[in-house]
Amino acid sequence: MAWLLANLDTLLLVLFAVCALIGAGLMLVLQQPMRVALALISTMVFLGGIYGLLGVHFIAAFQVLIYVGAVMVFMVYAIMLLDPRDPGVMRRYSGLLVPGVVVAALFLAALGYVAWQDAPVPPNAGGPTGFGLQQFAVAFLNEYWLHFELTSVLLVAAVVAAIAVIRVNRGERG
Amino acid sequence: MDKVTLLLSLAFALFTIGLLGVIVRRNVLVMLMCMELMLNGVNLSLVTFAHQMGSTVGAVLVFLVFVVATAEIAIAIPIVLLLVRNKRTLDLAAYTELKG
Repeated sequence: MAWLLANLDTLLLVLFAVCALIGAGLMLVLQQPMRVALALISTMVFLGGIYGLLGVHFIAAFQVLIYVGAVMVFMVYAIMLLDPRDPGVMRRYSGLLVPGVVVAALFLAALGYVAWQDAPVPPNAGGPTGFGLQQFAVAFLNEYWLHFELTSVLLVAAVVAAIAVIRVNRGERG
Repeated sequence: MDKVTLLLSLAFALFTIGLLGVIVRRNVLVMLMCMELMLNGVNLSLVTFAHQMGSTVGAVLVFLVFVVATAEIAIAIPIVLLLVRNKRTLDLAAYTELKG
């Protein structure tokens, strides 16, 4: 029992990692888009749990708020807007199944080779691992304010582009 | 296997599964979701490195990736809806004439 409590963090981390991996694997084999969306949502929530276990709680909150709360809700709405009797939903895989699997396996092998060949980043020698919202906020608004403004410009551009796409479509129809 | 190795392996696996999904699936919406999975894998590796180094740079980058992913979805979903309105299907094989 004492061992369990001492290693609870690690056990939860492994559990969340396995669950996230299962959710990602389900995304490949499920057929209906709605089920794929639910598998992706579960993967994102487990990743949020991993971020919380790592001590970056604000990123965990953003993961759930932005990804699950905004992006995936938007995706689920789009799925519900579309016709469920679409014949395209019935066929799961394209003709690239075998080359795709080969390429993905090679890619994973290359990633692992590079990561383990070059010695990974030297472990932080005595310094503090993990940081709180305060350090993040200070660094964010002191050093990276320009990037923040640029992303807001990007968001405005995306909204304008979305409106433009819809207007083009309306112009074609009538 | 220590924590960093485990999380990095998970990040690589998520990215590869997302890439595989983009390659092999036919459904346009499912491919979009697989792209989101790739972004999530990259985010996980960024958070792992930031945690390991104790620096905030990775966290800032994760935050920016969140915003970019939101913008991407905001523009991708209307495009998909427009394509489906034209072709009446989500099947990618119907759009091969876009190859150019």
